[in-house]
Amino acid sequence: MRWGVIVFPGSCDEQDVYDCLKNNLKQKERLAGRFDCIVLPGGFSYGDYLRCGAMARFSPIMQGVVEFAQKGGLVLGICNGFQILCEAGLLPGALTRNTTLQFICRQVFLRLEETDTPFTCAGKKGQLLKLPIKHGEGCYYADATTLERLHKNRQVLVRYVDARGRTTPVANPNGSLDHIAGVCNEGRNVFGLMPHPEDAGEKILGGEDGLKIFSSVIEACDKQGKSAWLD
Amino acid sequence: MARLSAKQFPQPPVNADTIASHGFSKEEYQRIVQILEREPNFTELGVFSVMWSEHCSYKSSKIHLKLLPTDGPAVLQGPGENAGIVDIGNGLAAVFKMESHNHPSFIEPYQGAATGVGGILRDIFTMGARPIASLNSLRFGAIDHPRTPYLLSGVVSGIGGYGNCMGVPTVGGELLFDESYNANILVNAFTLGIVEKKRIFTGQAKGVGNPLIYVGAKTGRDGIHGATMASEAFSEESEKRRPTVQVGDPFTEKLLLEACLELMKGNCLVGIQDMGAAGLTSSAAEMAARGGTGVELDLSRVPLRERGMTPYELLLSESQERMLLVAKKGKEEQVKRVFERWDLDAVVVGKVTRDRLFRAFFDGVEVVRIPVAALTSEAPVYNRPAERAQSQDEVQRLDLEKIEEPADLGGTLKRLLDSPNVASKEWVFRQYDHYVRSNTVVAPGADAAVIRIKGTEKGLALTVDGNGRYCYLDPYVGGILAVAEAARNLACVGARPLGLTDCLNFGSPERPEVMWQFSQVIQGMRDACIALGVPVVSGNVSFYNETDGVPIYPTPTVGMVGLLPKVARHVTPWFKSPGDIVVLLGRSREELGGSEYLKIIHGLTRGTPPWIDLRLERAVQQSCLKAIDKGLLCSAHDVSDGGLGVALAECCISGPDKPLGARVEPREMMRGDARLFGESQSRIIVSLKGKDLNRLREIAEKEGAPIQAIGEVGGSRLVVHPLVRLPVDELKSIWSSSLERRLK
Repeated sequence: MRWGVIVFPGSCDEQDVYDCLKNNLKQKERLAGRFDCIVLPGGFSYGDYLRCGAMARFSPIMQGVVEFAQKGGLVLGICNGFQILCEAGLLPGALTRNTTLQFICRQVFLRLEETDTPFTCAGKKGQLLKLPIKHGEGCYYADATTLERLHKNRQVLVRYVDARGRTTPVANPNGSLDHIAGVCNEGRNVFGLMPHPEDAGEKILGGEDGLKIFSSVIEACDKQGKSAWLD
Repeated sequence: MARLSAKQFPQPPVNADTIASHGFSKEEYQRIVQILEREPNFTELGVFSVMWSEHCSYKSSKIHLKLLPTDGPAVLQGPGENAGIVDIGNGLAAVFKMESHNHPSFIEPYQGAATGVGGILRDIFTMGARPIASLNSLRFGAIDHPRTPYLLSGVVSGIGGYGNCMGVPTVGGELLFDESYNANILVNAFTLGIVEKKRIFTGQAKGVGNPLIYVGAKTGRDGIHGATMASEAFSEESEKRRPTVQVGDPFTEKLLLEACLELMKGNCLVGIQDMGAAGLTSSAAEMAARGGTGVELDLSRVPLRERGMTPYELLLSESQERMLLVAKKGKEEQVKRVFERWDLDAVVVGKVTRDRLFRAFFDGVEVVRIPVAALTSEAPVYNRPAERAQSQDEVQRLDLEKIEEPADLGGTLKRLLDSPNVASKEWVFRQYDHYVRSNTVVAPGADAAVIRIKGTEKGLALTVDGNGRYCYLDPYVGGILAVAEAARNLACVGARPLGLTDCLNFGSPERPEVMWQFSQVIQGMRDACIALGVPVVSGNVSFYNETDGVPIYPTPTVGMVGLLPKVARHVTPWFKSPGDIVVLLGRSREELGGSEYLKIIHGLTRGTPPWIDLRLERAVQQSCLKAIDKGLLCSAHDVSDGGLGVALAECCISGPDKPLGARVEPREMMRGDARLFGESQSRIIVSLKGKDLNRLREIAEKEGAPIQAIGEVGGSRLVVHPLVRLPVDELKSIWSSSLERRLK
């Protein structure tokens, strides 16, 4: 398995992702050069001074990421990575300021809505995952047409819920439309989510539910042998 | 950017007015003339004023600070550098320091707090360490003071805004409110980093002829005389000082962090120091002082953000996100390449000289020529008069018989849990990223934060503590209690202290009663440090925390770091399962002086702070630590503000899951309010399985710590027989909503 973790100027969580992938997951070695999955980590790329992810989408590497995705390569965006993927047009919708107008750092529960994707295939439909969020702009928004298409294509992969799996108002930390915490593209090979699976990879850090996302990718790649060039 | 030529900048005259406006006394000015053997020019006057400011020179505190113990088996670097360093084994060291940013944060809360965080982060990575955890200690005025919510939200979002963007988790801290801080808030920021022992860098300008390289952001006019502002008391004029507060740019600092750490992997670097207070002047002068050398600066080469800056402004600017480094001669291009890759300026602005002079040139003309020692080691030192205030006797007077005991002690407990000083601080710390770097084992809200050290089995515990009220009532005892509580907090998670850093926040040193408080606090801290075996490795003094003649409570804050050999063995404060036995280590006394109860319920800040016996303190801490080593404890929680009643409630409700009840009956006989809310020191509430009770008893008896089993975990109520019987759900809802409700 070969992962690529992209470091933008201002990325913060690249080490977390790297360590989690390296230390907490079993996977087979693969040939160098080809990547199975590209991860865009969290952080504040280019300071996020203009709008989250708005500058990063113009960085040269993003052209490569877009082509990689178009060839069917797996791309996972976490937090700022999700914001960048939306800005780059690889994922529908946008992430706006939390309705609380504050940065929020806490544990949340997610409900796995779909399992027929390379990012969720190791889970069960309706399964709950406990992961941390930490963001100021994670309120998911999409217009009515886009939302309808998301539902039709079953692109909403995770929703914010309470400890019993219900979409109650208090379970929605940032005011996201329809409790959406993460979506994939129509091709189901690009996935972005606001919560941080890499910071929930060990019991001593409060849980290992985050591994479900990464082990799904490993399982999918093992089955399909999916990999592509990142130029 | 347009630059001035030497002819274009008229140096204002140096006369009685300009001397006074730079804050010099007549004697100080005479001393300058003596040192230079001539009158200084205006630029030199500015350089002296910042370097001799209280903030940079420690002129009033130096002789007292010498009393603090700074040596210990783990100490690799004590005070005097950018930060202190302790050995944590495995070839690694922990670098940490705490610094105040009080004045700027009151004037401009967001930027003041943000740049406070930025400054302390630079102090850490300048030594070669990657910052991995921050804490902060905050004091605000009364929560119903009209300015408090504005200041608090500004400071909290400033800390979060900077720290989050830097990818450094804020893992803990403390927040207290008192009218004493209405016009002088305290913002003390702490950061810890990890460095390989063999890759530690210091701020030394060594090697004659080596280039001085300016790296990082460009220089503007922000923060000029920030150090001087921090050395003055506030008045109504302070609002006008807003332009002296710097503006932070965490993205640039993040790049600077990565670039510096990358450079440090190579072998180009001789010394490095952050440009903090007094900017280019202090970093260049201090590095030369430590290196036993001189420096020559060419100010015409300093990267500019604004037009037409004068040498005076260039030397005194406190623009953020800048560093000064000394590289090996011939490695200039290598240094530049690293910084170019991160889009940052790296410009040779001078060189190390043999002559031990601080010299600055502008457009070929020498504008400053001062012996380095005159700016550093030979700056004035004062043994200022210290005298106990007459009113001290009066504030210590407290007749318990005149304090009416409330009829409804349950209701009193609820009021205390609702007090913003006691209530949950989640509203604050949920605005800080406390997960990034994936090391956080115990997040904010426990007695101490715990982070693991990747690649080892070890962990570090971190805490910040201080109680201005105790120090106001008795500064000597207050100094002891600050250190003792910090060490106790570490013991509660299972960590043994390695060292501490402090921020000493006081009023004007020109007041004898403030100097008396200061010297008493230092003596108290010293005695506690020696008794508990904790060296002081770094710190900072902030005087002049007063407005219109009224000083704050003397407020030392202590940041302490401890080691857990096996991080997996750490313990948290909350009860774990029904049936566990609740045990009190230590002894309760009938005392209420300086307590949160007296303040909240009776509106009094009086009496003497709780009594302490450092031998008993040590015995209690050792018992807790040894029990944790042996894996006996399910939970451990320090008894502090609000006493046993509040501590028990916190054990029931502060956990991440559903609250758990408990039924206890402490044996000591005394009035009910003292039993529940007295703040007797050296007490820890622990819970454990019944089968382990005897082993805990053996440990405690061997250490000489009093121990009593007081009850059992279970049920849905907290019962302190026969005084209190309350549903824990209700307690939790009061405690967790208090802050948010008040800040709306």
